Amino acid sequence: MDTPTLRSPQHRVSRTAVWYWAARAALGWLVLLAAQVAWLVADSDGSALPVTAHVAGLVVTAVVAVAHVTVMPQWRYRVHRWEATSAAVFTQSGWFKQEWRIAPVSRIQTVDSERGPLEQIFRLANVTVTTASAAGPIKVSGLDRDTAQRLVAELTATAQATAGDAT
Amino acid sequence: MIDVVETTLTWRRLSPRMLVIHPFQEVVRAAPALLGLLVAGSSSGGQGHLWSVAGVALMVVLGMLRWFTTTYRITPEHVQVRRGLLTRKVVTVPRDRVRTVDVTSHVLHRVLGLARVEVGTGTSERRHEGRLKLDALTAAEAARLRVELLHRSPAAPATASTVSPTASPTVSPLAPPAGSTPAAETELARMRPEWVRFGPFTMSGLVTVGVVAGFVSRLVSEGNVDLGRVGPVQETWRWFSAMSLPLEIATVVLVLVVFVSVASTLGYVLAFGNFRLTRHAEGTLHVTRGLLTTRAITIEERRLRGVEVSEPLLLRAVRGARLSAVTTGLRAAQGSQRGGSLLLPPAPRAAAVSVARLVLPSVAGASSAWEASPVTADLTAHGPAALRRRFTRAYGVHALVLAALLALWWWAGLPSWTWLTAAALLPLTALLAADRYRSLGHALTSGYLVTRWGSLARRRVALECDGVIGWNIERSFFQRRARLATLTATTAAGKQGYQVRDVDLTEALRLAAAGTPGLLDPFLVEAQHVS
Repeated sequence: MDTPTLRSPQHRVSRTAVWYWAARAALGWLVLLAAQVAWLVADSDGSALPVTAHVAGLVVTAVVAVAHVTVMPQWRYRVHRWEATSAAVFTQSGWFKQEWRIAPVSRIQTVDSERGPLEQIFRLANVTVTTASAAGPIKVSGLDRDTAQRLVAELTATAQATAGDAT
Repeated sequence: MIDVVETTLTWRRLSPRMLVIHPFQEVVRAAPALLGLLVAGSSSGGQGHLWSVAGVALMVVLGMLRWFTTTYRITPEHVQVRRGLLTRKVVTVPRDRVRTVDVTSHVLHRVLGLARVEVGTGTSERRHEGRLKLDALTAAEAARLRVELLHRSPAAPATASTVSPTASPTVSPLAPPAGSTPAAETELARMRPEWVRFGPFTMSGLVTVGVVAGFVSRLVSEGNVDLGRVGPVQETWRWFSAMSLPLEIATVVLVLVVFVSVASTLGYVLAFGNFRLTRHAEGTLHVTRGLLTTRAITIEERRLRGVEVSEPLLLRAVRGARLSAVTTGLRAAQGSQRGGSLLLPPAPRAAAVSVARLVLPSVAGASSAWEASPVTADLTAHGPAALRRRFTRAYGVHALVLAALLALWWWAGLPSWTWLTAAALLPLTALLAADRYRSLGHALTSGYLVTRWGSLARRRVALECDGVIGWNIERSFFQRRARLATLTATTAAGKQGYQVRDVDLTEALRLAAAGTPGLLDPFLVEAQHVS
């Protein structure tokens, strides 16, 4: 076959990212469940909705939440990959909707590393690479801190080495 | 010349005539409230009126303060604007980052001989803080500024030093004022009277309807005017309600169509009257247009990354199209920049095509043949999988709407004609899906990536491959099953990213690899049927 296809980037993200993604998703679902419970309590006389409808809603939410929290992180972990060569940054991300992003190192404008509160707990960090295009920031999430730091240092060094205003 | 050098280094103020404009603008903006106040009088009004008057007064004072706090200067390297009352802020833009200059004069500005200058840069686009706006300068000053900022002709320093040897060669000398060197500009397009026939098909009159409706509603709410008691309105209503329902609908539609057509045509004439597109020898494109509000936009040609031909359905029906520039420094259709990138107002498609050919920088190796032009070249269709996807998506949305209407009819007592109408429109959805597929297409020709999509608003974008920064290839679960992908070319120009939708994955990779040679190569492998 003479049809070239894109291979996956070389590196996987940290295994801890699975727990991070699960925790992040679980928090979101908990907020929704709490809201539903609050509504059930406030509407205990059943004037707006019968109690059975409330309970049914809670059960549906709980089932979807459990499915999402168990399946999504694993799926995501299989998809998420990254690679940085001296010429380009290449990532693969998503789970249901997957995306490859490629940007040349010569057009990199900024390299940021960020650790949110939840990422701190799991000792993770993410790296965002921006170019002159607002449509193409490349984000590698779920890296362990050392890898993230190394990636930032590496990219900053190579990006500085190339001249031009990158637009 | 020496005088000029000195003034460019001191901080300059905006035109003091703005002190007249600010109060006037605020009063006009508050016109519905004030008019309501006049109509209703003080008898029925309470505290609300006082508040609106106080609000207007405050805005006037703030507007006038803006004049006192804003200064700007142009140094050899930078354009700087100082502004702010409590938080002083200096916005500095390197002069070599200036990509576009937009000079706008509203009616009032013109009466007083003023113009608003907006400077577009490439990099600050993402973070809006970097936008430079000077509201307003005298017209002559604005024109001078435009020339100063964009016409950095290499020949100028030499002539300047021969004229006045004392002038510092690092300070970019003033090019001759715009208009004084007619030989240096070539006209690429000019408004033709017969193009007015496209006016009714632009639908811009819908905005007017909205504005009028807003004005009336504010008049009613703030002026306590009871429309039901106004004589002519009462008469019309009585006449209207005497008709049968179909006749009522027909009347409303007819009135709307006539009103929108007239308003659109008027809007077209006012916005695009005196339209001229010229190319200057210093490497800039210059667009001037407008009868009441005049607009002059200068685009650095070196930064022009491509063009967009847009054909909204109505305009397409009469073989019209409009042309916009895809360039760094002008974001397509956003906020005050709306229409800033326009290269040709709604005009015959052939005119748009020929202007595009004149404007696009010819890429090395491109043949000059008509077929090779990125705006006319044949496009590759996206195949049966993309066609199926158009239909499933169109019918998916339609089915959802239909289901929602049915449910509302069943449980919430919505009148049955709603879902009956929705069901009757099913064939129309098929037409839409088919047309959306027909629009889909892409090509890679003479150094340009060409992509076309859309039905209600069909767009065709030709993007210079040199302007492509990177690629995003997106595949949803369903796209993966159909072996399709949505390829986005990211760029610093225009909308920042242009998509080739639902294209075969292999073709997407071929496009990306050919568009940016070498970038993808390390990541490509021979296919072994990857699922």
